[in-house]
Amino acid sequence: MMGRIFAAVFRREVRLAWRRRGQLLQPLMFYALVMLLFPLGAGADLTLLGQAAPSLLWVAALLAVLLAQGPLFSADLEEGGIELWVTSGVSLSWLALAKLIAHAMIVSLPLILISPILAGWLGVSGEALGVLVISMALGMPVLCWVGALGAALTLGLPRGGILLALIVLPLYIPVLMFGAGAVHAAMEGRPAGGALVLLAGLLCLGASLAPLATAAALRISQE
Amino acid sequence: MFHRYAALSSPRHFYAVAGAWLPWLSVLTVLGFAAGLYWGLVVAPPDYQQGEAYRIIYVHVPSAWLSLMAYTVMAGAGLVALVWHVKLAEIAVYECAVLGAWFTALALATGMLWGKPMWGTWWQWGDARLLSELILLFLYIGVLGLHNAIADPRKAARVASVLALAGIVNIPIIHYSVEWWNTLHQGATVTRFDKPAAHSSMLWPLLFMGGMFILYFSTVLLARIRVRVLEQEADRQWAEEVRNG
Repeated sequence: MMGRIFAAVFRREVRLAWRRRGQLLQPLMFYALVMLLFPLGAGADLTLLGQAAPSLLWVAALLAVLLAQGPLFSADLEEGGIELWVTSGVSLSWLALAKLIAHAMIVSLPLILISPILAGWLGVSGEALGVLVISMALGMPVLCWVGALGAALTLGLPRGGILLALIVLPLYIPVLMFGAGAVHAAMEGRPAGGALVLLAGLLCLGASLAPLATAAALRISQE
Repeated sequence: MFHRYAALSSPRHFYAVAGAWLPWLSVLTVLGFAAGLYWGLVVAPPDYQQGEAYRIIYVHVPSAWLSLMAYTVMAGAGLVALVWHVKLAEIAVYECAVLGAWFTALALATGMLWGKPMWGTWWQWGDARLLSELILLFLYIGVLGLHNAIADPRKAARVASVLALAGIVNIPIIHYSVEWWNTLHQGATVTRFDKPAAHSSMLWPLLFMGGMFILYFSTVLLARIRVRVLEQEADRQWAEEVRNG
């Protein structure tokens, strides 16, 4: 029963995302555009860009994830889907977990896949590319889930966008530090494993706590 | 025992009891602060390395302690507000955030003032504690901003409580990530004073000031909650009676 409900919510999210493929591309385009802006703003100094590349890639990807959070629950709120969730009698955390996992996959995967190409623009190569992809695969879902909590907390508020950024960005700091730190380390030939393991720890923590917090926020929004 | 607490959590009783305590607490806080400042600024010996400049710790360190304590109290109140729907706890969440944000700002300001003569710069990216404190300020601002964005005070308090709880899970992670980041990026130029174990003639006034800051926090928190309770219950009969004297 629980498994079927989980699968149903998951399938619905993926199907909806697939039918709005254009929207899926928007964070991706944003990411690519921001990564285009940095070289244009900084001049074509490749050594400077190369040194800053891990931070630039991570910050741009982080902002792309942040922008993708706004509409996460708004359509469900308008159509009454969240009200149905709350009144359905099914554990709201369980429903939220299904939605969050689907959401993390849908938003993160394109960003992770395009990252090595954008990193190549900035002259990142070799082992650092692999570390970049792994760090993003571990870190992006956490950013999605913290962002989803922010979206649930600011649900239905006028001008919620800037407020969402204000409450979510401080919580993004550890992921950014470990993620960019791992890539920096790989570029300088230091071991990156420690930072990656810490990111994996954050992933576990996020997966276990984010659904509970998001469910609490959704329930309050329906009071 | 439990009944006494249950009665205290009713807004009406709280208003009366807090009103009776506040004059005593206020007098105690003022006297305690005067004594603590005299002890720290005059009686305690100057530092052998930093001279008189170190005396800012008697304001700086308690502010930093209280900035964290206020967050903990806020998250605790948030938990009570979410689980038991206690109105006083809901109000305490917001008022803790206001006070905590000020303590954080004070800790940052005094830390920067201290940094100027000691490090030669206002801001030191290499100092993990300064950085954590800045992030803490942003966490407070997020809670305040979220609370202010929602018109219904009860709903606002509950939403802010969820954020406060998310924040308290994050604070240790942020703290250790900043420290970890710090060990990677810290250049050799950063001068660090090796911390000798503080002498008891300096430590006691510091602990005393810490206690006085807690007293100040409790007093002001109580006063702020008391005013807010009256405001939120304005249409109740007891509030009417209070207003009419």
